[in-house]
Amino acid sequence: MANETAPTANTQLFRPGYHGHNQISARTLGFWLYMLSDALLFTALFASYAVLDTPMNAAGGPVASQIVNPIEGFWQTIAVLGSVTCYSLATVAMKNGKRGGTAVGIIAAIVLALVFLAFGVNDLATLAAHGDGMDRSGYLSAYFVLILTHAIHMGVGILWMLVMLVQIPLFGFNDMVVARMLNLRMFWQFQATIWVCLYVYVYMIGA
Amino acid sequence: MQLQVPGPWSPLLGRLTLNAIPYENPILQVTFAVVALIGLVIVGLVLYHKKVGYLWREWLTTVDHKKIGVMYIIIGLVMLFRGFADGLLIRTQQVLANGPHAAGMLGAKHGFLPPFHFDQVYSAHGTIMILFAATPILTGFQNIVVPLQIGARDMAFPYMNAVSLWLTTAAAVLVMISLFVGDFSQAGWVGLIPLTELPYSPGVGVDYWMWAIQISSVGTTLNAINMIVTIVDMRAPGMSWFRMPVFSWTTLSTNIIGLTAFPVLGVALALLGADRYLGTHFFTAGMGGNLMLYTNLFWIWGHPEVYFLILPTFGVISEVIPAFSEKPIFGYVTMVAATFAIAGISWLVWLHHFFTMGAGPDINGFFSVATMLVGIPTGVKVFNWMFTLYRGRITYSVPMLWAMFGLFLLLVGGLTGMMLAIPAINYTVHDSVFVIAHFHCMVLMVVCAGFAGVTYWFPKLFGFKLDEGWGKAFFWTFAIGTVTVFSAMFALGFEGETRRLDWTFNTAWKPMLVVEEVGMVLYVISLVFFATMLVVSIRNRHKQRLAADPWGTSRTLEWLTPTPVPFYNYAVTPQVNTRDELAWRRKYGLENTKPDVYEDIHMPRNSGLPVILGALAGVWGFAMIWRIWWLAAISLVGIVLVVIIRSFDKNAGYHLQPAEVEAMERDLAIGAIMAEQSDRAHHHTHAEAH
Repeated sequence: MANETAPTANTQLFRPGYHGHNQISARTLGFWLYMLSDALLFTALFASYAVLDTPMNAAGGPVASQIVNPIEGFWQTIAVLGSVTCYSLATVAMKNGKRGGTAVGIIAAIVLALVFLAFGVNDLATLAAHGDGMDRSGYLSAYFVLILTHAIHMGVGILWMLVMLVQIPLFGFNDMVVARMLNLRMFWQFQATIWVCLYVYVYMIGA
Repeated sequence: MQLQVPGPWSPLLGRLTLNAIPYENPILQVTFAVVALIGLVIVGLVLYHKKVGYLWREWLTTVDHKKIGVMYIIIGLVMLFRGFADGLLIRTQQVLANGPHAAGMLGAKHGFLPPFHFDQVYSAHGTIMILFAATPILTGFQNIVVPLQIGARDMAFPYMNAVSLWLTTAAAVLVMISLFVGDFSQAGWVGLIPLTELPYSPGVGVDYWMWAIQISSVGTTLNAINMIVTIVDMRAPGMSWFRMPVFSWTTLSTNIIGLTAFPVLGVALALLGADRYLGTHFFTAGMGGNLMLYTNLFWIWGHPEVYFLILPTFGVISEVIPAFSEKPIFGYVTMVAATFAIAGISWLVWLHHFFTMGAGPDINGFFSVATMLVGIPTGVKVFNWMFTLYRGRITYSVPMLWAMFGLFLLLVGGLTGMMLAIPAINYTVHDSVFVIAHFHCMVLMVVCAGFAGVTYWFPKLFGFKLDEGWGKAFFWTFAIGTVTVFSAMFALGFEGETRRLDWTFNTAWKPMLVVEEVGMVLYVISLVFFATMLVVSIRNRHKQRLAADPWGTSRTLEWLTPTPVPFYNYAVTPQVNTRDELAWRRKYGLENTKPDVYEDIHMPRNSGLPVILGALAGVWGFAMIWRIWWLAAISLVGIVLVVIIRSFDKNAGYHLQPAEVEAMERDLAIGAIMAEQSDRAHHHTHAEAH
C-alpha cells in the first residue's frame, strides 16, 4: 500500500469543523461542465452541417453561396457582441453594488439580443417564403437547425436575464444571485462564441 | 408546419384513439392483467399500511443520495425483468418458428409472434437493457457509494440528483406505457435508418423510442455533471487523488464519457425528430439526406456508451476482489491509468460498428487498430485483478462469485471482440448472432458486476445481508444459463444465423436453438431463486446485527459509517490518512474509534419539485408522441415555470444539533458493538479453518 505509515499521537481520524466544499465554486464547476456538454452538442451539429454542405445534399435546391448573407450576418455579429459587452458592463455595475446600473446593462443586452434574433428569424422566414425552407433539402435542414438551435439558446439566455431582472431587486446581490449572474455571463459569452464560429464557418466560408 | 401522418388526428387527442390500445392481442392482455394486478397489490399495500405520507416524505421527495440510488436500482431491476421477458419471447419465438413447417398460432405464420410484434420485442429488449436497466443500476451504485467512499455527506447538487432520477423514471414509464397504448419502435434499439423515418415507420413506435431515450439522456447528463463535481470538490480532507478508491475513479471517468457522449445522442435523435416532426431531410432516403450521418452520430455516442457501462463495473470488481482476497488492489496506479486510457480510446472506435459501410481499407484499418488498442488497458486490468487474487486469502462469497464470473465473461467477450475488430472477419460475421453473443458477454458482465455490487453493498444500506445460500443458487443457475445460451449462440453465428429473425428458416439451427432455450429455462429458475433470496433475507433480517463493516475485510471508506448508514452519512467528516483507509485503521485497531466531539450538520431540505418535473417531462413526452400539441405546450411551459420557481427558493437547508447527532450515533453504536463481537467470533473461526 502506498505510503503506509503507522498512526502516531498526531494522527487525526476525524476532522471536526471541516466545512467541505464551497457551494458557489461547486456550482461554477458544474456550470462549466454543462457548457462542455453544450459545446459537444454544437460540435455534433457543426459536423452534421459539414457533412450535408455538398451540392448533392442540396438536392437541386440552393447551396450555401446562394443563401448566406455575410453583410447581414456582420450586423448580427455586431449585435451579439454588443449584447455581450452590455452584459459584461452589467456585471461591472454588480461588482460596484449598483442595482440600477446592472438592470440597465441587462436590458441593453436583451434589446441587442432581440435585434440579433430579429435578423436571424427574418433571414430564415424569407428563405422559407421562397420555398427554400428546412424541408427543401438535406443542406437546408442542416442550415436551419444549426441556426435555430443557436437562436433557442439565445432565447433561453433572454429568459434567464428576465428572471435576473426580477431577482436582483427582490433579493439584492446575495450569493445565489451573484453566482447566477456569473454563470449567465459565461453562458452568454459562450453563445456569442458559437455565433462567431457559425458566422465564420457558415456565412464567410459559405459565401 | 404539421406533417401529414396517416390515420386520424384531432386537436384534442392528437393521434390518440381507442384503436391505440391493443386489446385484441392475447399476450398483451395477459401482460396487462399481471401488471395491473401487481400495481393494485402495491397500491393496496401502501394504502392498507397507511404509507402514502411516508412514501411521499421519505422517498418521492427525498434528496438523499442513498435513497435516490436505491430507487435507481429498483427501476433498473424492474426494467431488467421487463427486458428479460422480452429476451425470453425472442428466444422462444426463434425455437418455435424453426423451419418451413413450423406451426403458427396467435396470428403468426410461424411461432407465436407475428413480425410486427417480434420486431417491437427485440427493439424494446435492446433499448431497455442498455438504457433503462444497466444504466440506472450503475447510476444507482454511483449515487450510493461514491459520496460515502469519498467521505462526503451528499452529492454536490442533491436537488438536481433527484431531478435526474425522476427524468429517468419518466422515460422508463413511457417505455412501459408503449406496451399498452400504441406500440414500440420496430427499428432496433439503434434505430436503423431510414426505417425510423416517417414514410417507413408512420406509427408512434419510433416516437416512443426516441422521446423516452431523449428524456432519460437529459437525466443522465445532469447526473454526470453532479458526479464529476462531487468527486472533484467534495473529497474528505486527506483524500488526495491517488488515495481515492478505484470505484470512484471509474465513476469519474465514466461520467466524463457520459457528459461528452450523451449530447451527441441528443443531437442524433433531435435531428431524427426534426425529420419526423418538421419534415427536414437529415437522414431521409432522397432529398439530400445522408443515412450514414445518423449511423455515425449514433455510434459516436453508442461506443462511448458501452464503456460508460463497463467502466463502473470494472470499478465494482476492483472493490469486490480486494475485499475478498484480503489484499490491496494490485497496481492501483496502472488501474487508474488503464481506466482513463479506455475512456479516451472509447471515442476513437465507433466505426467498428459498421465496417461494412464501405469506408475503404484506410478508415477501416484505423478503426480496426484503434479497437484492438482497447485490449491493452483492459488486459492490464485483468492481470491486475489476477495478481490481486494471487496468494490472497480468498473467500468465495456471493459478490466474489459474481465478480469471478464477470471476469470469465470479460475474457470471452473481449477475445471475440478482438476477432470482430479485424475487418475481414467482421465482414463475414457482420449482423450474425455471433456479434450478438459477443456483446451479450460484455453486457452480462455488467449484469454480473451489478449483482456483485447489489450483494456487496446491500448490508451497508439496509443493515442485513442477503441470504448466502439462495444467493449462491441464484448465481449458479444464472451463470450456467448464461454459458448455455451464449455458447450455443456463438455456434449459431458460425452456422450463419443472422440477427433479428422472427422466422429461423434453417432446420440445421434447431439443436442449438433448443440449447439456447434450455439456458433460458435456467435463467427463469435463477429469477425464482433471486426472488426467494430477497424474501428469505427480508424475513430473516432481524436475526443479524451487523457491524460497520459486515464483511470484516472491506477496505474503503464507505464501510467506516455505521450500518445501516444514517441519513447524514458521517457524523464528523473523517480524515483520510492513506489509500484503503479502513484496512489501515483495522490494521492498527482504530476502526471503531469514534469522534470525541460532535458538531451541527447542515442538511438539504426535501423537495417535491423534482417529482413534478419528472411528471411534466413524462406528460410532455407522451404529448409529443401522440402529437397532442396543446398538452405538449402546457407541459413545456410547466417545466420552465418549475425551474424558475425553484430559482426563487432560497434553498435553505436545516441544521442537526450536535446533541441530536451524538444521540443518534450512540444508538447506532450500541448495535454495532454487539454485532462486532459476534461477527468477530465468526470471522476468527473462519480464518482458522484456512
